[in-house]
Formats: sequence, C-alpha cells, structure tokens
Amino acid sequence: MSEIVLKIDDKEVKVAAGTTVLQAAQQAGIYIPTLCHHEKLEAFGGCRLCIVEVESRGWTSYVVSCLYPVAKDIIVRTRSEKVDKIRKVLVEELMAHAPDAPELVKLAEVYGADRNRFERKESFCVVCGLCVRYCDEVKHLNAVGFIDNGAEREISFIPEVAKDVCWECQECFALCPTSYAQAAYLLTEALAFPGQRKAAVRAAKVPVATQRIIPIKPVAATT
Amino acid sequence: MSGNNIDGIIAIIEKYRGQPGSLIHALVEIQHENHWLPREVMHQVADALEVPFAQVMQIASFYKAFSLTPKGRHEVHVCTGMTCHLRGAAKLQAKVEELTGLRDGETDAENKFTFETGACLGSCSIGPELIVDGKHYGRMTPEKVEAVLKQYE
Ligand code: SF4
Ligand code: FES
Ligand code: FES
Repeated sequence: MSEIVLKIDDKEVKVAAGTTVLQAAQQAGIYIPTLCHHEKLEAFGGCRLCIVEVESRGWTSYVVSCLYPVAKDIIVRTRSEKVDKIRKVLVEELMAHAPDAPELVKLAEVYGADRNRFERKESFCVVCGLCVRYCDEVKHLNAVGFIDNGAEREISFIPEVAKDVCWECQECFALCPTSYAQAAYLLTEALAFPGQRKAAVRAAKVPVATQRIIPIKPVAATT
Repeated sequence: MSGNNIDGIIAIIEKYRGQPGSLIHALVEIQHENHWLPREVMHQVADALEVPFAQVMQIASFYKAFSLTPKGRHEVHVCTGMTCHLRGAAKLQAKVEELTGLRDGETDAENKFTFETGACLGSCSIGPELIVDGKHYGRMTPEKVEAVLKQYE
C-alpha cells in the first residue's frame, strides 16, 4: 500500500493511503478532540469537534478529520484561532443539552466555552450516536435506534428488543458522554416492561447483594 | 389490525422478502396502500426483509411521507402558506376544524378524515385552498366548506 507524507502541526507524518487525518494524528501522537469517534465503529462525523484546518496547494479549508482522508503534501493544523472558535461554539451548543457532561466540561475549559450561552434543551442526548452504532455494529442487537430527523432527532430504545438484551449488556451506558443512554433505557423499562427484571431476579432467587447494579460513570468534579 | 388492508400489505412484504436494500420501497408501498404504518406491520417488514426493527423505525420516522399514526380514508389539507393566509386561510381552517372536530394532524375515530395544514401547496393563484385526497378546491370560503366535505364518505 502506498504511503502518504503530510504535515500535522509542523510534524512530518507518514501513513498508509486511505487513513483519515484523525487516525494519522493519533498515530503521530497528536491529540484532536473527538466525541462521536470510537475506534471500533465506522466514522460518523456527527459531533464535528474533530474539525481541523487543512492547507492544500495554498487553499485553506476546514474539514472533519475523522472522515477526511489524508492526501499528499497537505498541511494540517489541529489548532488555530478559527478552529478553536468553531470548537468553542460546538461545545456551547452541546452544553445546551448536557452542561455537566465531564467530557464537555473539560473541553469548555480548553476552548473557553460558556455553558449557558444557548437556551437549555429538553434532552441531554447530544446525538453522538455511540449507543446506536455500538449496538448495531459491535453487538448486532439493534436495541436502540435513531428516530425522527434534523433537530428533532433522538435515540430510542426499542422495548421489544431491549427487554430481552439490554440488562445483560449495558455496554452503551459507559460509552455515552452524557449518561442519557442509561436514563433512556430505564425510562423505557419503566414505561414498557416495568418490574420484569425484578421478577426475574426474584424467580432466580439471587441474593440482593449480588444483583448487578448499573455502573454509573463517575462524574468528574466540576472545579 | 382491524381496518388495515392486510392482504395488500402481506403481498407487498412478500414481494420484498429477503431484500434489505428495498426497505424504503416496501415502506412507501405500504404507506400508499394503507395510509399509515402500524407497528406490527413494521415488525413484519423487519423480519421479512431481514433488517433490524430499529432501522425500520429510523427510516419510518425520518421521512415525513410516512405516518406512524392511523390516517383517515380522506386526507383534508388546508394551505396555510403566505398567499392563502392573506386570502383568509385562517377562517377556512377554523371552519374545517369546526365541521370535522379535528385539529391539525388529527384523525377522527371513524377514520374518515385526517386533517392537516401545509405551507404553500403550489396553487397560490387559486388560494385560499382546500385539498381533499389531492383534489384542489380553489377560492374556498368558510361557507362552501360543508358542501365539499359532504361529498366524502
Ligand atoms: S444517548 Fe448518549 S451515546 Fe446515545 S446518542 Fe445520546 S449522547 Fe450519544
Ligand atoms: S469525532 Fe469527528 S465528527 Fe465527531
Ligand atoms: S400559499 Fe397556498 S398555495 Fe401557495
């Protein structure tokens, strides 16, 4: 496979053709912030936080690095005044959903984002799609999916599927940057199949102390 | 699934059995045949076309052409676009709502009418207009609405 040489933040990087700019940066040990990226999943390009500045033959453009393939002799800048400003607004928009999400709190500090800039949204899901894509691509269970479109887009657990598989898996809960996946599951359970899990536990006579509890992600202290 | 055209739906599902790539075609045809997509039908589509139910839901909820709630036998539209609005669409809408007892987006219990508003239905010159099952009634006035709706059973 042919190799491509490009420049990322003044560092010469050599990677295989077809690599994305994000992967190339990661291989070179250069950090680009991401939210919807996960190495086991297809690139999604949903959060736009991984945006970088690319200079190619004198032209500067802004691209989403998790989707953008490397090209010969391009110059990538992972931070610039404009890149930082775009990320700041993106973080502010995401914080309208989830002002306390640890990853966002950290990013807000870096980019000087104001968590109260935009009006609070009802749902704290940032539609990164990690839960939906993980359930589909890795687990092949499709217990959670997208519904609706545009600004109304949401994730939704499918009760018929979720009731049999989610409690045993719960893997998407830990992936979710905002803990919404877990909340959405519990709400679905409460509405669509309440008590089923407790009944099963009772029937199996599992002592309460050894029942699995939801592994709640530690929320980083907002100092 | 009473009230649904079961044979028609089954025929469509069978036509696309085992073809995940035809999901949208199948849903479009079922929507056309049945005017809405009941959940059980979407489950059958998922099973037959071998796609996850979550994906069927994703597609069905994404496009406004699909309805996930029951639709009446007749679809009544009042244009609320700017031209029709200036020509009195609001009064027209109020009259339709009064006669049918339906608000925007609702369907009556007998599944007779579904009432929806829409913005600019492309016939500004004959506005304000009332559209029933695709038939345009131009220059509509609140007084004439009753006679139009009476034609539909
Ligand atoms: S529930 Fe969490 S993981 Fe799923 S799309 Fe929303 S923010 Fe992402
Ligand atoms: S990581 Fe690239 S768009 Fe989210
Ligand atoms: S505004 Fe009603 S048809 Fe254009």
